[in-house]
This record gives sequence, structure tokens and C-alpha cells, in this order.
Amino acid sequence: MAIPGQKQLTHLEEFMEGIWKQNPVFVMVLGMCPTLAVSVSAVNSLSMGLATAFVLVCSTLLVSLIRKLVPKEVRIATYIVIIATFVTVVDYLIQAISLTVYEALGAFIQLIVVNCIILGRAEAHASKNPPLRTVINALGMGIGFTIGLFALGSVREILGAGKLFGIPLFGPDFQPWVVMVLPPGGFFVLGAWLLLFNWLDSRKSGVARGEPVEGRVHG
Amino acid sequence: MNATAAPALTSSKAMILTLGLVATLCGILIVSAYQGTLAAVTANKRIALERAVFKVIPGATGMKEFVATTSGIVPASGALPAGGVKVYAAYDQSGTLRGIAAEAAATGYADLVRVLYAYDPARQVITGIGVISMRETPGIGDKIQTDAAFLKNFQALDVSLAPDMKALANAVKTVKHGAKQHPWEIDAISGATVTSKAVGKGINDSARRLLPLLLPNLEKLKGA
Amino acid sequence: MNLHSPRIELRTSPHVVKGLSVERIMFNVVLALLPIAAFSIWQYGLSALALLLTVIATCLLSERLFNYWSGEPNTLSDWSAAITGLLLALTLPPSFPLWMAAVAGCVAIALGKAMFGGIGHNVFNPALVGRAFVQAAFPVSISTWAPAYASHRFTEFIPTTLTLPLMTPADIGPWAKQALDGFTGATPLARWKFEHVATAPYDLLTGAATASAGETSAILILLCGAYLAACRFMDWRIPVAVLGSAALIAWLFQLWNPVRFPDPSFVLLSGGLMLGAVFMATDMATSPVTPKGVWIYGAVIGVVTVMIRYFGGLTEGVMYAILIGNALAPLIDQYCQPKVFGSAGRKT
Repeated sequence: MAIPGQKQLTHLEEFMEGIWKQNPVFVMVLGMCPTLAVSVSAVNSLSMGLATAFVLVCSTLLVSLIRKLVPKEVRIATYIVIIATFVTVVDYLIQAISLTVYEALGAFIQLIVVNCIILGRAEAHASKNPPLRTVINALGMGIGFTIGLFALGSVREILGAGKLFGIPLFGPDFQPWVVMVLPPGGFFVLGAWLLLFNWLDSRKSGVARGEPVEGRVHG
Repeated sequence: MNATAAPALTSSKAMILTLGLVATLCGILIVSAYQGTLAAVTANKRIALERAVFKVIPGATGMKEFVATTSGIVPASGALPAGGVKVYAAYDQSGTLRGIAAEAAATGYADLVRVLYAYDPARQVITGIGVISMRETPGIGDKIQTDAAFLKNFQALDVSLAPDMKALANAVKTVKHGAKQHPWEIDAISGATVTSKAVGKGINDSARRLLPLLLPNLEKLKGA
Repeated sequence: MNLHSPRIELRTSPHVVKGLSVERIMFNVVLALLPIAAFSIWQYGLSALALLLTVIATCLLSERLFNYWSGEPNTLSDWSAAITGLLLALTLPPSFPLWMAAVAGCVAIALGKAMFGGIGHNVFNPALVGRAFVQAAFPVSISTWAPAYASHRFTEFIPTTLTLPLMTPADIGPWAKQALDGFTGATPLARWKFEHVATAPYDLLTGAATASAGETSAILILLCGAYLAACRFMDWRIPVAVLGSAALIAWLFQLWNPVRFPDPSFVLLSGGLMLGAVFMATDMATSPVTPKGVWIYGAVIGVVTVMIRYFGGLTEGVMYAILIGNALAPLIDQYCQPKVFGSAGRKT
């Protein structure tokens, strides 16, 4: 980000921000509402992730294009109008593609509008950067969010239904872990993934610097 | 728009102008998205509905939507009139009426359980159910879709009308597992009694309202 | 001159040192649980034995692994993981598949204990955390019961015990019918709730009723609890408060509507209330420490248990009642701090 004194990121670094270093699910722990609610199956997670990514890329692009024209007093209102527009568009698109997915995601499609990742990106990144850089960053964030959702959704579908993408993995006698498709399962799996990510992260940076790593505080 | 770049206080005019322009642009986007997807969405909804109806009425290949009201049966169009009940008449290839499907809903363990039931007017029985939507506990409440013994209740569930054609002769009732004695009773799934009861209550409520409107005007569906 | 003349030591009081260490308390709890475990093996045979061994082994193994990963010293020798395993196994149905039991044991240690930082830091009773998890994950298996005193119980397993990992257990019905004629597979609590049949107190006292592996005999549990309380390894106030408040509220309900609500003795003797009150509510890390707080804590558990049983969707409420009590324990302690002598009336 264009903070004075900070080195400008290359395009690749900008893209990788959202996938690893600033992953919305595992690092920033943002947008937990859809993450926990819809990640009961791999298909649902992927659709939700892609829908969010679509809204993220389109709205941040538009915000970045008009960033110099919008008075700062009404910028949040403008962003929300733009985000809401693309959410509505995505809502129609999903209905047109698959009603099954639409019904499975339910109100959470409309709720993308209040997903803090999108408003956060619009305010913190798109309003200060040129369109190309913005789109690259948003694409990384969107893919990172999709990966996060998919990581949750696939584990929950495997344990909760014995399937992945609806394909049975263990045969007809599989005993589903009912809790995994219920809300508590979302928290359990998210906790496990956060544990893994933090462990990997602390090991990586610990090895790099050869010193114990302090616990990181997420803002 | 250049005025907005002024460093000091932004004028109200500029703010209104910006928001107005953005809103207009967004409006155009939404309308075009709506127009672009309308055909596909309508087709999707139609297919989903047909699939659900054909599942509960085997052998049907076509269907028409009607609304049963106190003043007779009319083809469905636009908003549902007050007191009207939507029914789906299913026909086979030769155009004969195979059965009638209608929706029933009642609160289960977690949320509304919505089912589609098939009604056979000739025998005055319900011949099958299919779940439209529910949020019952997986592994317990959702057995109403798979439990063979439970689904057997709906092979010929008696919903015949009383002689005055105003009410059901016997209210559909969900009874404890293994206690079914009459053809209008539903044998509950043991361990999923609440959901089983919701299905029974939903069907009873819907049949009680719908059938007195439907049966006197049945000819209208047969010819259609 | 005698070289071994007694040396005089000068020390301040206390002079009598009685080593009341964690290990000693925990070891005695294990001792007190052994008769209950033995009785459950006598009732359910090989399956109960396998269940106990599996859960204890998973708990010990998980504890060791988490110690290793977190770089903590080995805490297997303090017996606490063994107690968690024993208690957890005793609250599971005897026909519970072993692989699910292993999941329960692992979750009990991981989510119930290691996550909070090990022994003494846990907020909830680890055994109950494990049980709550499998209750939510495998609701069918955890409410499938097997008959006690089946004729071949020492030579063959209950068929569901040996279910392959991740697989659904077979229907226990045919086996149970053949093992014990007229077996319905419903616990006394379920029979009361759904069929309005109260089981005779004699059956509940001696363990002839359908139940989890270790909750069948109220007499045995009370005797073992009395041993612990007598040796002061356990706060006797907690079980007294739990059982007393449950009995009191059950008695009030029965006064109000004797047809709908059962006798207080049925409430006390059925399900897991005895085992929970004596062995789980009394867990030192998760119960209040102030004398007044202990009474409130026990009363909360007793009342919530009866409320869940009477008005909830589940037939049994002890597990959630104790977990709720655990969650409230720090708060209860905060409001029950004893006043420092002389500080009364002083305004701050």
C-alpha cells in the first residue's frame, strides 16, 4: 500500500498478499459470518468464494476508477452503493446458473454486501491505488477467501457427509459426523485451520530469523 | 465534476451529483443484469418445480399451475389471490390427469418443514411426498426423506372429505412409532417425532383448506 | 557417645505435614472409580472392558502427544488424563463403537484440556467436553443402548462395539432382542418422557436399568463418593447441593402436578445425575473454591438438570447442566469472595 517510506510491492507480491500474507480467512479473520455459515460443503464454499471474489474485483475496480472524483464525505456511501449493485448482479447470476446453489447459500449472497473484506479493500486499497494494482490485489484477496472457504468446506463435507463435491469417498456405510455440518463444526474446523496456519507461519518465520516468534496480533 | 477536487469544503451540490451519478450507473447495471438473466432464472425455477412435482407423481410428463379459490379454480397468473391455494396438476403424455400436487408446511424441530404432496382425486388419498426445504438435524430429522417405513405412510394416506364436502372426514394425525391403526394416521419415525409431526400437521392444514375447494371443481383440471 | 542421637529441628507450625498432592488426590479418585468400572464390566462384559481401555488409552496418548508438541513436561503421572478417560468411558453407552470412543477421548483432551493449557487451567470438565462432542457428532450411536447381563457377554462383543472406523454401526435391535427378551432400548428417562412409565426405584438403585456404562448403580456410586468425601479428596458440599437442589425442585414440581411430573427419587436415581454429581461436578479445576460459591454452583447444576429433563428436547440434562455450571464457576467465585475481617462497612 502506498504509505510513504514503504517499498512499493511488485505485482506478484500484490497478488500473493491476499493468498498468503494477508489471507482474509486465516490471517485477517475477516468475513467470518459467511465463512462459518455456508462452508458446509465444497460446492457451497466454492460458489460463495467465487461470488465474493466477483463482487470484490468488480467493485474495487469501479471504486479505483472513480477514486479521484468522489468527495471524501460521501465516499463510504458511494462504496456501499457500488458494492450493493454488484451483489445484486451476482444474486441474479447465481439464480440463473443454479437454483440449488442459490437456495443452499440463501441469505448469505445478499449479505456479501456487508462482508467487511470488500468494504475494507475498497477503503484501504482501491481508493488509493490505480485500477490495475487494485484488480490484482482484489483478485488475490478473492482467491485467498475462496481458498479459505474451500479449506473449511471440504473438511466439513468429508467428515460431515463422507463426500467431496457430492462424490461419496467412503462407501455407503460411512457414519457422518453430524456436528460438522452444524454451526459448531464450522468453529471447530476454523480453529483447526488457524492452528495449522499459525504453526506453519511461526515455523517459517522462526526458521528464517532463527529466533522464537511472538504471537501476532490481528487487527 | 471537477468541482469535487476542491481542497476545502465540498459543496453539497457536488456530493449530491456524485451520489446521483453513481446511483444512476448502478441502476443501469442492475437493470441490465436483471433483464439478461430473467429468461434463465424463470426457466430454472420452472424446471426445479417440475422436477419436484414429477418426483411425487410418477408417470407425469407435463404440469399446469392453478389456484383454488372459494369461487372456483383458475389458472395461476401473477399474485396469489387472498384465500387461494396454489395447486399443480400433472398430466401424462396423453393429457390425462395423473395427480395433483400441493405444498404443505409446518414448523419442525429447527425451522419450517416444507413438503410437496401428491393427491389422487379418484381415491381421495395422498400418494407421495417430497421435501422442498427444511433445516432439520442431519441424521435425525432429515430421515423423513429417506426412511422407507415413514415414506410408506404416504403410499395411500386417507384424506377423504366428509359427506358435506366441507372438511376432512378424519384429520391427518401423526401417531407414535408403531401405533398406526387407521389409514389417515402417520406412523412417526422413532427419535424424529417432532419432524414427523410437522409433516403430518402441514399436510393436515393444507388438505383441510385445499380439498373442499378442489374436489367440487375437479372437472376443470381434467379438461385442461 | 551415640553418633545417631536425634537431631533437634526447629520449625514453625504447621508441624504435621500431610502430602495432599495432586497425584495423591487423583490416584484416590481413580481408586474410587475402579469399583464402578468393575461393576460396569460385570454388567456389560467384554464391550465395557474394551470401551474403558480404548478411551483411557486414547486420553493418555493424546495427553502425551500434546505435552510433546507444546514442550511441556510429561504429565501422565498425575493420573488426571486417566481419570478423564475413565469418567468419559463410564458416561458412554456400553454399545458405543470403539472408534467413536477414541474420537471422544482425543477431543476430551484436545478441546477440553490441552487447549486451555493443561491440568488446572481447563474451564470445562474434559470428559464432558468429549462426551458433548460425540453427542453432537453421533447423536444416534450415543442414544443406542444395550441390555445388561446378556448371557454371552464375557465371550462375545456387542456387535456395534467393533464397528470399523468411520463406518456406521449396524442395527443393534436383533442382537439385543435375542440377548434379552423384551428389551426396548430406551433409558428410564426416555421411557418416562415419551411413554410416561416410571421405572421402579429398586431397578435404578441396583443397576438393572438401561443406561450408560457407569451410571447404572446409584448405591455403588454413592459408596465410592462417600469414600472420597470421607478422606477429604472431594468437596462433599457439591454432590449434596446438586442432589439436594434437584430433589427439592423435583418435589416442588410433583406437588404442583403429580400426574405429569415423577417422584423426586426417580429424578435422583435415573440417568447420570449420581455419577455427574459425585465425580464430575466435583472436579477441582472447574468448580468454585469459596464455600458459599460451592453451594450456589451445586444448586445451579441440580436445577438446570431437572429443567432440561422436564422441558428440554433431550431426555438427559446432567452433561449440559455441569458444563453450564463450569462456565459459571469463575463468576460465582467472584461474587462469593469472603469479606476480609474488619473490612465490613468500610466504604471504598
